[in-house]
Amino acid sequence: MLPCTGRIDESLLLKAFENGADGVMVIGCLEGDCHYVSGNIRARARVERVYAILERIKIGPNRIRMYNLSAGEGSKFAAFANEFVDQIREIGPSPINLVRAGNQGVTEKEAT
Amino acid sequence: MITGTPKPIEEILEMLEPYDNIIVAGCHGCVTVCRVGGEKEVQVLASTLRLAREAAGRTITIREVSLERQCDPEYIEQMRPYVGDYQAVLSIACGAGIQFLAEKFTTTPLLPGINTGFLGVTVRQGEWSERCQGCGDCVLHLTGGICPVTRCAKSLFHGPCGGSVQGICEVDKEVKCGWQLIIDRLKALGQMENYGKLKPYKGWNSSRDGGPRRIIREDMI
Repeated sequence: MLPCTGRIDESLLLKAFENGADGVMVIGCLEGDCHYVSGNIRARARVERVYAILERIKIGPNRIRMYNLSAGEGSKFAAFANEFVDQIREIGPSPINLVRAGNQGVTEKEAT
Repeated sequence: MITGTPKPIEEILEMLEPYDNIIVAGCHGCVTVCRVGGEKEVQVLASTLRLAREAAGRTITIREVSLERQCDPEYIEQMRPYVGDYQAVLSIACGAGIQFLAEKFTTTPLLPGINTGFLGVTVRQGEWSERCQGCGDCVLHLTGGICPVTRCAKSLFHGPCGGSVQGICEVDKEVKCGWQLIIDRLKALGQMENYGKLKPYKGWNSSRDGGPRRIIREDMI
């Protein structure tokens, strides 16, 4: 649990992909409404940097996205979550997961 | 501080092609301040490399290390117990740090993860600018605190050249004429008499022209 998206840094986001995430959505407070003044602005810049890294190393663009919501916007949260999940389903699994699934298949084959 | 910029990830991946088990080594000195080679950058680079290599079907094992400084032997020695367990070290310290690691660990290949830049200052977050070329013979007391060696594109010592137009240097519209800056500053300080005190010529024997330099402080040895 993070107190603010400003606590997120690039390595934390990349770790999620190393741990098998196909996509990561970061949800911060509305811009201009950060309790810590600029935490969500910093988070957006970091998300953009990770977006560029993922694109560069061919994990793919559009696998990470930042949304801004107020705590009272439950239905909007659900809509954003559904939108992002649809987006990731359309892109498909991360290349990391495809490689891991392939390796697992090979290992199982070797075992039999 | 010594500044630098990250090498393109494609170039680093190409360097790492022969290796599957490496150390990524950062430095808590200058490169941490200019956000190119500190502990955070080690974590990001290591994650990026692991992801890129695994996506390409060949994993890489990385030990993440950040030394207090890579330009001092006592901190480098902290790596000695385990450096031999790895095929190579990718350092994201400045060129001095990388070379010092290479000198100390003679059987381990050392790879540069950044391009070292210059001695400079933080103009604002994300922007650095060169201020000193380490010529070894400082004249800032005569030039209003503005270095003619660094700030003048030609390192002139006797005022602006014909390429100075309305305070801008001919090499780049973004570059202010160093000598215009010096004269403006001397005028503001009421020290224009210093303009005539500059040496007739600049001796470069204390600069890079004599090969790699060294400083020996007998009182400290």
